[in-house]
Amino acid sequence: MMSAKKTAARAYIVLLLIVLYAPIIFIAVCSFTEAKSLGNWTGFSLNLYKSLFTGGMQNSEALLSAVRNTLLIALVASIVATLLGTVAAIGIYNLRGRKKQVMQLLNSVPMINPDIITGVSLFLLFVFLRFSQGYTTVILAHITFCTPYVVLNVLPKLSQMNPNVYEAALDLGATPFQALRKVLIPALRPGMISGFILSFTMSLDDFAVTFFTRGTIGLDTLSTFIYTDARKGGLTPELRPLMTIIFLIILVVLLVVNIRKSKENTEK
Amino acid sequence: MNKRSSWALPYFIFMVLFVVLPLLLVVVYAFQDASGGFTLANITKFFTDSDALSTFALSIEVAIENTALCILIGYPAAYILADKKLNRSAVTVVLFILPMWINALMRTLATAELFNMAGITLGKGTLLFGMCYDYPPFMIYPIYNVLAKMDKSYAEAAEDLGARPREVFLKVTLPLSMPGVTSGILMVFMPTVSTFAISEFLTNNKIKLFGTIIQENINNSMWNYGAALALVMLIIIGITSLFQGKDTAEAAAGGAAI
Repeated sequence: MMSAKKTAARAYIVLLLIVLYAPIIFIAVCSFTEAKSLGNWTGFSLNLYKSLFTGGMQNSEALLSAVRNTLLIALVASIVATLLGTVAAIGIYNLRGRKKQVMQLLNSVPMINPDIITGVSLFLLFVFLRFSQGYTTVILAHITFCTPYVVLNVLPKLSQMNPNVYEAALDLGATPFQALRKVLIPALRPGMISGFILSFTMSLDDFAVTFFTRGTIGLDTLSTFIYTDARKGGLTPELRPLMTIIFLIILVVLLVVNIRKSKENTEK
Repeated sequence: MNKRSSWALPYFIFMVLFVVLPLLLVVVYAFQDASGGFTLANITKFFTDSDALSTFALSIEVAIENTALCILIGYPAAYILADKKLNRSAVTVVLFILPMWINALMRTLATAELFNMAGITLGKGTLLFGMCYDYPPFMIYPIYNVLAKMDKSYAEAAEDLGARPREVFLKVTLPLSMPGVTSGILMVFMPTVSTFAISEFLTNNKIKLFGTIIQENINNSMWNYGAALALVMLIIIGITSLFQGKDTAEAAAGGAAI
């Protein structure tokens, strides 16, 4: 009886995964043909891959700079968010009473706000301050919605660690900076890393916030590039091989990380 | 010890500048006319604008349906993933997050194209079904997280005391997993109301959701009316978060944290 239940459960998960992956597999399959519009098949060809790497397409410069911008913005925003969020988490952990509640409430606001509210409200802020919009405003906006997740990932690590260890390091003659580097940071590192990865992911995938804060200087990330492209009618075909490559890289990285993790767990 | 509480100060200043002040500006702009004078015109415009009102009603309707669909699809999945007897592999869990790394707009466009190829006309049906692609992970993770951490001895105790499996689920497991469900609702409901690009792609611009109207007004420099519409959404967010426990956001973040 148990095994019938197990089969049903497994079938359900497999079915969900098939449905979830259908569009991605569809993109990957269509990356191996030259047809201009997605969904047409004009025979097997590697030409899209070739023109993606040699820059043979019409708007290759725009697409490549969109990829560069996406990575650069995600990298800068998630590094700053990780630093700001970690320092903030240490502060919030040591706060008491009402001040702590206020900080926790403030921290949850950007997480509850839908993207469009974050985007529109920051747009109004930059208009109000007469701050010209471009890289800086997009990065500031991304830091705003990423940092709360870093804080929430670091806080549990603080409550898990023994608060006396840090004081002990100071008593034994460590400077505050040494105690920070040798005691605090190693204990918080797992939380900082998962906060960083989460920030990076959200920044990469963001569309709405970037859309409202990028200004009119022609700054494009992958998301805004795809949006404009699709509205003009017809996606740049080279996006298909690009997405396929990104997907494969992430698939391999995540599988390797998780298989190693589960191996470590079983060895323990 | 207390000295380190001052480390929260930079973040506090940052949050006031980039979270509190912008939200206040939404309110200020909503009550201003183009020249900066106080006015209620933007608010009354919304309540007399039949186009905006019907879009608003439709967005709420679509969001409720989408959220319900996500719970129906996501709860069983979370339950199976969290049950050690049914699923022992962490990789399966990872497989559910992986699609989120592929640009959401690109995935949505491919989904719309798949509908086209299957001969399904783009409209409300495809909008609902297509959004079900984007949102279940946000529903599955919070529920999975709560279920995976749940103390199994409660369910076992209920069993020992003679409850049938159905009763164990309805009276023990389900109530204990409610925090996950509420945070899942929070992660799905408001984003659905406010979505703009995704709904445009999935219906070939036939159906506008509330997010599209806000976007159009802001992009056409109708900032004040756009701000008034954003304020309407903020009020709904305020009301819905009143119903949520305070650990909701934390459960949601934990859910997103893999």
